[in-house]
Amino acid sequence: MEFDSNRPIYLQIADGICEQILQGKFKPGERIPSVREWAANIGVNPNTVARSYETLSDRGIIFNTRGIGFSVASDALDAILEEERRKFTEEELPAILRKAELLGLNLKELF
Amino acid sequence: MIEINDLSFSYGRNVVLQGITLNMLPGRIYGLLGENGVGKTTLLTLMCGLKTPQAGTVRVDGADPYRREPDTLADQFYLADEVAASGSKAMDWANTNGVFWPHYSEDNFKALMEEFNVQLDQKMKTMSAGQLKKTHIAFALATGARHIFMDEPTNGLDIPGKTQFRSAIMRFTPEDSTIVISTHQVRDLENLIDPIIILDRQDVLLNASIEDICSKLYFDYGNELHPDALFTEQIPGGFIQVYPNSTGAESKVNIEVLFNAVAQNKSYIKTLFEQK
Repeated sequence: MEFDSNRPIYLQIADGICEQILQGKFKPGERIPSVREWAANIGVNPNTVARSYETLSDRGIIFNTRGIGFSVASDALDAILEEERRKFTEEELPAILRKAELLGLNLKELF
Repeated sequence: MIEINDLSFSYGRNVVLQGITLNMLPGRIYGLLGENGVGKTTLLTLMCGLKTPQAGTVRVDGADPYRREPDTLADQFYLADEVAASGSKAMDWANTNGVFWPHYSEDNFKALMEEFNVQLDQKMKTMSAGQLKKTHIAFALATGARHIFMDEPTNGLDIPGKTQFRSAIMRFTPEDSTIVISTHQVRDLENLIDPIIILDRQDVLLNASIEDICSKLYFDYGNELHPDALFTEQIPGGFIQVYPNSTGAESKVNIEVLFNAVAQNKSYIKTLFEQK
């Protein structure tokens, strides 16, 4: 697995899991692989993957059941979409607007 | 748990390790880094009881490894950088030696050899350096030992071999293992090793988890130099630099850059990481 240069790996792994949930590879209610399995699949330290699972749990995207492991939350899709929309409007869109202004582009002409 | 307390070791008048204190916890894969000649291999051999410290102590789950008690030996494996080629076929060699490790699994050895694409009936003397290394790694992981010490395990491995190694080390070892890997090939193992130990002549400069490193240092890829940069390296398209993390922002730890930053700012780094 190749990682971006400047984002912590545990967050990149968490992004990857969200992506797979959005694509329907992991469905709400379904179990996801254990921390160690996932770590072995991508050749990354299990502690790193444990941190990815921890942040996804904190965000309500997956949940841990003792003795069973981690599963996808029933409202995971909404949680991810809401977060992605927030990221788009608060971070990505302003960056695009700044760049458009820098380049002297009129957004109305573009669309 | 491995506890090293105030350990010193010298070869004649050449003092290699002095006053070393280190703890290593179960369930971790430690990366042991350091320039040539700082004593990485010496430290590994001290931890597995092939040498005894001239001062201080080494304890592995409370036992002195130098006493070479059966329980200690049955639960540890030391994989040297250069491994011997036996005249036997790989499978026979593994089964003959496997008797010394009560948790040795022939099935795991076979599975690992298949993943590494090395033939079980090949005589080890006829193997290439890489195949021989793979055979020894397969055996190390098949012993089921919980304390595994590896000196430059990825040396000589081909590209698929390195990928398989990173995965196998988690699938074939018990979850509560303490694995210590000494290496210069940090790019091979960048995402595998955590915590990172950096050894210096007679001293430990750093023993910290990636999370801890990330909270104290910021690794920045950009075009503008930071005034407080501890280390800067030019890369295509700009710089990679590391400076104290004052904002709490998270970045991806680059171990080569970390190593250089630590080597050039020894006392600063030591103080930075002593603050809890």
